[in-house]
Amino acid sequence: MSMNTQGRPTGTGTSGFASTSGSSMLPNEPLLFEIGDTEHSGVDLPDAEISTSRLGGFERKSALDLAGLTEPEAMRHYVRLSRLNHSIDSGMYPLGSCTMKHNPRLNEKMARLPGFADIHPLQPVSTVQGALELMNELSHWLMTLTNTAAVALTPKAGAHGELLGMMTIKAAQDAAGQSHRTVVLVPESAHGTNPATAAFLGYTVKPIPARDDGTVDVQAVKDALSPDVAAIMLTNPNTCGLFEPQVIEIAQAVHDAGAFFYCDGANFNAIMGVVRPGDLGIDAMHINLHKTFSTPHGGGGPGAGPVVLSAALAPFAPVPFVRKSAGGLELVEHAEGDALGRITAFQGQMGMYVRALTYMLSHGGDGLAQAAQDAVLNANYIKARLAHAFSVPFGDYPTMHEALFDDTFLAGTGVTTLDFSKALIDEGFHPMTMYFPLVVHGAMLIEPTESESKQTLDRFCEVMEELAADAKAGNTERFTAAPMKAPRRRLDETRAARSPILRWERPKELPQAAE
Amino acid sequence: MRYLPHSDAERAEMLGVIGATSIEALFSAVPAKALKTFDLNLPKHSPEYLVEAHMKALAGKNRAGSDGPFFVGAGAYRHHVPATVDHLIQRSEWLTAYTPYQPEISQGTLQMLFEFQTQVAKITGMDVANASLYDGSTGTAEAVLMARRLTRRNKIVLSGGLHPHYRDVVRSYLKDDADLECLSASPEGQGDILDHIDETTAAIVIQTPDFYGHLRNLKTAADAAHAKGALLIVVVTEIVSLGLLESPGAYGADIVVAEGQSIGNALNFGGPYLGLMATRKEFIRQMPGRLCGETVDADGQRGFVLTLSTREQHIRREKATSNICTNSGLCALAFSIHMGLLGEAGFTKLARLNHARACALADALTGIPGVELLNKTFFNEMTIRVAVPAAPLVEALAARGILGGVPVSRLEPENPNVANLLVLAATELTTDEDIAALVAALTEELA
Repeated sequence: MSMNTQGRPTGTGTSGFASTSGSSMLPNEPLLFEIGDTEHSGVDLPDAEISTSRLGGFERKSALDLAGLTEPEAMRHYVRLSRLNHSIDSGMYPLGSCTMKHNPRLNEKMARLPGFADIHPLQPVSTVQGALELMNELSHWLMTLTNTAAVALTPKAGAHGELLGMMTIKAAQDAAGQSHRTVVLVPESAHGTNPATAAFLGYTVKPIPARDDGTVDVQAVKDALSPDVAAIMLTNPNTCGLFEPQVIEIAQAVHDAGAFFYCDGANFNAIMGVVRPGDLGIDAMHINLHKTFSTPHGGGGPGAGPVVLSAALAPFAPVPFVRKSAGGLELVEHAEGDALGRITAFQGQMGMYVRALTYMLSHGGDGLAQAAQDAVLNANYIKARLAHAFSVPFGDYPTMHEALFDDTFLAGTGVTTLDFSKALIDEGFHPMTMYFPLVVHGAMLIEPTESESKQTLDRFCEVMEELAADAKAGNTERFTAAPMKAPRRRLDETRAARSPILRWERPKELPQAAE
Repeated sequence: MRYLPHSDAERAEMLGVIGATSIEALFSAVPAKALKTFDLNLPKHSPEYLVEAHMKALAGKNRAGSDGPFFVGAGAYRHHVPATVDHLIQRSEWLTAYTPYQPEISQGTLQMLFEFQTQVAKITGMDVANASLYDGSTGTAEAVLMARRLTRRNKIVLSGGLHPHYRDVVRSYLKDDADLECLSASPEGQGDILDHIDETTAAIVIQTPDFYGHLRNLKTAADAAHAKGALLIVVVTEIVSLGLLESPGAYGADIVVAEGQSIGNALNFGGPYLGLMATRKEFIRQMPGRLCGETVDADGQRGFVLTLSTREQHIRREKATSNICTNSGLCALAFSIHMGLLGEAGFTKLARLNHARACALADALTGIPGVELLNKTFFNEMTIRVAVPAAPLVEALAARGILGGVPVSRLEPENPNVANLLVLAATELTTDEDIAALVAALTEELA
């Protein structure tokens, strides 16, 4: 195999830097359109008789030109393609800020029960009481873990949750005659979605600089607060992997100024069951079910981003939501009072609710706290083991669930953070998060999660130490030419962006006799 | 706990390497008054079989689509998904992969997205498609914002045939601003949207088949919009319809948004679903969401990468086209596999079959005294007017074991004109026996 998915040591024996990408085990796979044609199909359907068409003359006249595959061809195409991917099940993903933890298969099994997968969002509410009960139970867990008054389940992903959270803040301020508040404070270390969300809602973004120790200074927040400020968007634990030590004082200052505290909950995995964000003074926080509660990332979604809300924001939670009534549970589908309108059709990511609740019940409250503690233990272990060989920008504090390094240790080697990360691929690991957070030069952000065993962590640390030593020893080609053993070498992203090719086009003159 | 690899001895050993006395010491930055000062009052960890029993009990309180005759549509459709699709999407390398930001070890996901984008572009008749959005409703809101950026105009007109949930989502995204015009419900298929286009109009939004099942004339809409410099946004909630109907692109649509759930994805009580978005080549730099493009690697081999990310939040921060940070990857994979299995031959057959089943349903319904079919045109969904309020009628049908469609009043409670309207869908799964059971039940209920 060209990719060392077993995580076995491969040493530096990548001599003679000729390409080794691709192998007999991982042949190049042609595109669907290069294999299939418009005649083949992998689905047997009867021919339908239509006596009188009701299509009103809008029948298709242009060709679809959609390639089809029979079932064995399709199976092989998608299995072959799949083998070109790294995945959690095949190797560690030390991706900071992404919480790539194990995805239990019980979750998948439960999500496929016909009583969850085969129910329609608009069938009578009397026929989906179990679904509403599940939503209610998930809400209870989320509110209990965060000590908050309400939760809006419907956001489809973390960024969608941010949007909804900030919409509730805007709605609350509009209702209180505070529409003049047009500024949102965002620390420089924030995820890109934070300023994008604030701008989307028409707010002006005012950056808050980070202190030298990677945390936010309550005084800097106080200095930035004014009657125009609507909210602060703060990630805690922050993107440097640090718990904000002054978070309670920051919340107090923000509230004293009549503003709200939006907490980016991307890093909730570090504190679930150990710290309740409601106790810190947050007003709204999204929770990424696909990070903290193990619903699969699926190669880029679907996510789910429920938002917990403080008592002050609870009345603004959007429809639809579940409410207890005399006859059982009811689904409130139309805004009453201050409630916001829909931010998506239907009830949100039910399939993800099932998976997340299954995960919660499996762990229990005790197991979730243990998971958070293990995640923090693992990150500190990596930091402790690698501190001697790497450069630690904020060395004085225990880290939370992430270990952050900068590129000082690479100074003068000619190896960049990007090169270093790509060399990790040749050792069977997915690269860590690179160049984020922006407040650290050449950042390498490592989040092991609680799922990794000590053996795997030791193996990872050995590889990291060995790579650092090699970079310092001047073996730059191992890095600048990496990856050598992946299905592809480095790809030309500039070319892709300069003249975008975003779909397959049938070659103008396809020589029939070719092949 | 079965998901946590460490033994207590290993934890102690690791703490020793760290030089910490206890786990608590690692949480020293947390203010004392917030650290574990509470009793969680949640159940303890549980074995797999007990969790399974609990979840099955909840699932058992729901009526599944397979439990009896089923005619519910209105934006989500019950179709057959081949076993191959669900098997493949559960492979580790698809299910547990991250967003393909490291293209060298993500070529599976990336090539699949490139194939998916090609399929969506072909089906919609547009130049390019993105790698998917959350769902059709949020995609519609994103399309409206995109049209404003492209035209630098503000007025948006939503057709009265647009799915009411989609309309509500657009209203939420636009905070009901003064430039948003929502036309009143048009259950008869009447369309006066063309009279609302003027020189300030950024876009008109037309759904076809519309919420009530009618097929809308996109050609006249495109011509009228373009004559005033406005864009035509076409919404399709039943993507199977495009196996039989001319593509929006062929009629001149500028942006097409669709719900892709029907292909490859289960009903799931509303999510996760799959937002499709396609547009003209010249508009791509204003399109939200991820895009996958073809390139070469250092050895000159064909490969794929996420591209044009200068539109996106992680690069542009507050200047991004959207705050979107994810797509609906696994749902897009399911769509692409199912569409790859169908191919042109299968997709066309599937669409014909759906239309045939709907024709059979329509013919059966028109024979019931007290039922009036409002549609002259439809694909696989239609609206009937009955002599009684539709909401209690649907409950009565449910009590008889039949999920008999969606009362329009559930989505439009403020509008008295729709109280007696019922939207019903048929798909390839609708049998003659299902239709006979519905007809018998309706006949008795309406007698």
